[in-house]
Amino acid sequence: MINKVGREIPDELLAKYGKEGYQGKNYMDGKYIQKAAPKTRRCEKPAESKIVASIVDALKLCGAKDGMTFSFHHHLREGDYVVNMVMAAAIEELGLKDLTIAATSLGKAHDPIAAYIEEGKVIGIQTSGIRDKIGEVVSAGKLKTPAIIRSHGGRPRAIEGGEVHIDIAFVAAPTSDCVGNCRGIGGKSNCGSLGYAMTDAKYADHVVVITDCLVDFPNMPASVEAIDVDAVVEVESIGNPKKIASAAARISQNPRDLMMAEDVARVIAATPYFKEGFSFQTGVGGPSLAANLFLEKAMDEKGIKMGWAIGGICGPMVELLKKGKVGKVIDVQDFDLDAVNSINQTPNHFEMSASQYANPANKGAFVNKLDYVVLAALEIDTNFNVNVLTGSDGVLRGAPGGHPDTAAGSKCCIIVTPLTRGRMATVCEHVVTVTTPGDCVDVLVTDYGIAVNPLRQDIIECLDAAGIKHVTIEELKEKAYSLVGRPDDLEWEDKVVAILEARDGTILDVVRKIKPFDPDKN
Amino acid sequence: MIQRPTPERFRLRRSMIFMSAQKPGMIKDAYIYGVDSIMLDLEDAVAENQKDAARFSLYHTLKTIDYGNTEVIVRINGLDTPHWQEDIRVCVAGGADGIRIAKCESAHDVHVVEEAVAAAEEEFGVEKGRTLLMAALESPKGIINAYEICAASDRMFGVAISGGDFRKCMQTTPQRDGIDMVVARGQMLIAARAAGIQCFDTVFTNLDDMEGFEAEVRQNKAMGFDGKSLVNPKQIRLVHQIFAPTEKEVIQAEKIVAAYREQSARGVGVFTVDGKMIDIAFVPGAERTLRLAKACGMYEGDLVK
Amino acid sequence: MEILKPATAGTLESSDAQITVEPGTNGIELTMTSSVMNQYGRQIKATVLETLERLEVKNAKVSVVDKGALDCTLKARVECAVFRSADMSEKNIPWGGIIK
Repeated sequence: MINKVGREIPDELLAKYGKEGYQGKNYMDGKYIQKAAPKTRRCEKPAESKIVASIVDALKLCGAKDGMTFSFHHHLREGDYVVNMVMAAAIEELGLKDLTIAATSLGKAHDPIAAYIEEGKVIGIQTSGIRDKIGEVVSAGKLKTPAIIRSHGGRPRAIEGGEVHIDIAFVAAPTSDCVGNCRGIGGKSNCGSLGYAMTDAKYADHVVVITDCLVDFPNMPASVEAIDVDAVVEVESIGNPKKIASAAARISQNPRDLMMAEDVARVIAATPYFKEGFSFQTGVGGPSLAANLFLEKAMDEKGIKMGWAIGGICGPMVELLKKGKVGKVIDVQDFDLDAVNSINQTPNHFEMSASQYANPANKGAFVNKLDYVVLAALEIDTNFNVNVLTGSDGVLRGAPGGHPDTAAGSKCCIIVTPLTRGRMATVCEHVVTVTTPGDCVDVLVTDYGIAVNPLRQDIIECLDAAGIKHVTIEELKEKAYSLVGRPDDLEWEDKVVAILEARDGTILDVVRKIKPFDPDKN
Repeated sequence: MIQRPTPERFRLRRSMIFMSAQKPGMIKDAYIYGVDSIMLDLEDAVAENQKDAARFSLYHTLKTIDYGNTEVIVRINGLDTPHWQEDIRVCVAGGADGIRIAKCESAHDVHVVEEAVAAAEEEFGVEKGRTLLMAALESPKGIINAYEICAASDRMFGVAISGGDFRKCMQTTPQRDGIDMVVARGQMLIAARAAGIQCFDTVFTNLDDMEGFEAEVRQNKAMGFDGKSLVNPKQIRLVHQIFAPTEKEVIQAEKIVAAYREQSARGVGVFTVDGKMIDIAFVPGAERTLRLAKACGMYEGDLVK
Repeated sequence: MEILKPATAGTLESSDAQITVEPGTNGIELTMTSSVMNQYGRQIKATVLETLERLEVKNAKVSVVDKGALDCTLKARVECAVFRSADMSEKNIPWGGIIK
């Protein structure tokens, strides 16, 4: 079938997974979801501790066997050691196979997993982020089943609804006590929020905590609670602190980024939601983060304060909180040490779970109350569909993350991106993969001008009234092509290598195996 | 292929930004920041063994990229190098609006360049006199000879001081209050005004010191400069802000120009605006203010283009 | 033009391309890599071959390492490499002639 964003989704694939194609924003509103309860082991008899000697022992305790699904969170980001440690123990020491990795995201730190995929030991990947070596081998069709890509809100929906059944959740914990109360701070590998681990721990059959800092019982307030934990393993190190959180996310000095960031702030200031107590989320990309700077100026000029901010959080937002310019910060992930050191320490800086952040199937996630979100894009097409997953070469190298969730939930979603990157046209006719549907995207800010989604005549009127120039997205696309040349269409094989679920669980797009251009044959 | 419009000798030039002609990523769209003039550099920004490559790159840039209303000037290599003649050929063939003569020390230097430019215009079938010139004064001798340089040619639209080399010659370094170059700047300004051409200040290279930059630009404006040379796009906005006229100046200028046109049509030479005596001597300044205001988005009327 | 000796022009920076030409006897032998191969490989190849044809280069080994260069940059790099190989890149370039 052709879905609502014009993508061809193979019928046999829909039948096999029991899915529908994407039908538009809020299609599932009001429908019911049957939650799937896990089958968990009773720890009735009092025990001093749940500490076991090794990951292998923990795997055995949890009855690890072939074909199981293991889950992981990505709070240790590019510094993470835990995914590789666990998979090595399961595959190399216990000889397990046919495993599925369900991670909140995967990155360069997990390059060694690519070999397990090629060997057929890992046969399934469910994740938000997929890039580097794993992205390459999956794109090359080497994973036995298509990778399933979900947003940060789509994942807890799928877990709660039983579409993903987690056999064992592995929680990398900067600190834990002997029975598994975990926190993201207090050790040597601090990551701040553990928001992405929370749903996993509640819905997995077994939960194993892996920590490099055991602390006295009770480790409070706990992000993952001992009542859900089967075993605790102490290891030398769970991650490389230098890569877990950057020293401080600096606001870009790139003049192009600053120019776009300033336009973002002008757009925000021109719309009616910009009033006392407004809510806001921004990404950490150059121009998105720099928007903080100009937004603060606009708030000062108007004499208003931000009510609350959510997201992945980093220093500039913590700074606004400390200055009293934002009321509350609610945080699913921390990107830099300023944020790590602030969460649960600075008054009004709170932690939340991924479900609370972005899940479309619960009774109202934070994203539903967002006024503004500022997001980046790898590509955006003339229907305002955004791609943040596949490169212009058709290879998996990105992550929907919270992009589709915040875009759908917010009143005004602003995409900020340069018109071209090198020879790639960011604004194009058709994105390689639709990761955020155009009906959720309202404004595009580029270094060559601003375009507003025609669905949002109200915002067009606001910009006109404020004297902010804007053009059609077709004009931006033509400008981009006039600079870099019109790209040839990518060529694909039939094989589907990844399925992109919309946040509501319908199928937004599929990624097929790319047929690389061969200069000798063409 | 891009055919640039005939260059305007006296146009608005508040900001003039240096870009290496050898960096494709930078020069492809330097106009997006709203700078008045782009200075594609064949001199210091290009390594000695890449001068040839930079020219090929420059030629295609000039012929391919639509810079719109942004002026495109090229800084050529010094007359004491083996490069300047080919630099001039490529500038003229590519259709650059103007050429900046590096290390200019005398009217003779201007004449040498002028001759080569005229020859290149002939060779490439370019309209005679199309290619404008400006001179960079980088030495005490250049400053001493400022007037003869400024008055050396009808192609000359302006003169700029180049602080780096000049300060070295003078055995000084940048000072907070500008005392290191105040005399040179003053002398160059007087020469430029006497010759009726524009005058631009040197670059400010410490990008982290926005306060020092602002102070220098304010001083430039107070001294009467037409504009400033820049090294980074983030400096553009501040220059445009500081060089913008005040709202009061714009209103006053509009009144003067409107009244002058009305009165002169009736044959009246001297008249009053808001009780002040006005004659033709006030008009060029008022028109300049309106053009500036238009560029700054402060004036939308049709008294000036 | 004849390729008399190996010559290179351009860099490996983003938005640039490095072109190397070497003497050859078997027509144009092109090898290329590009960061935008799947979308622009065909056009890059066409631009490089057109430029060589314009310069009347009949025999050469040509290597293109493209980092997302625009067409105007590709042309400039190919031309410079060819002129360098003939020791003719420094002066009296036929701007607007075979260079266009």
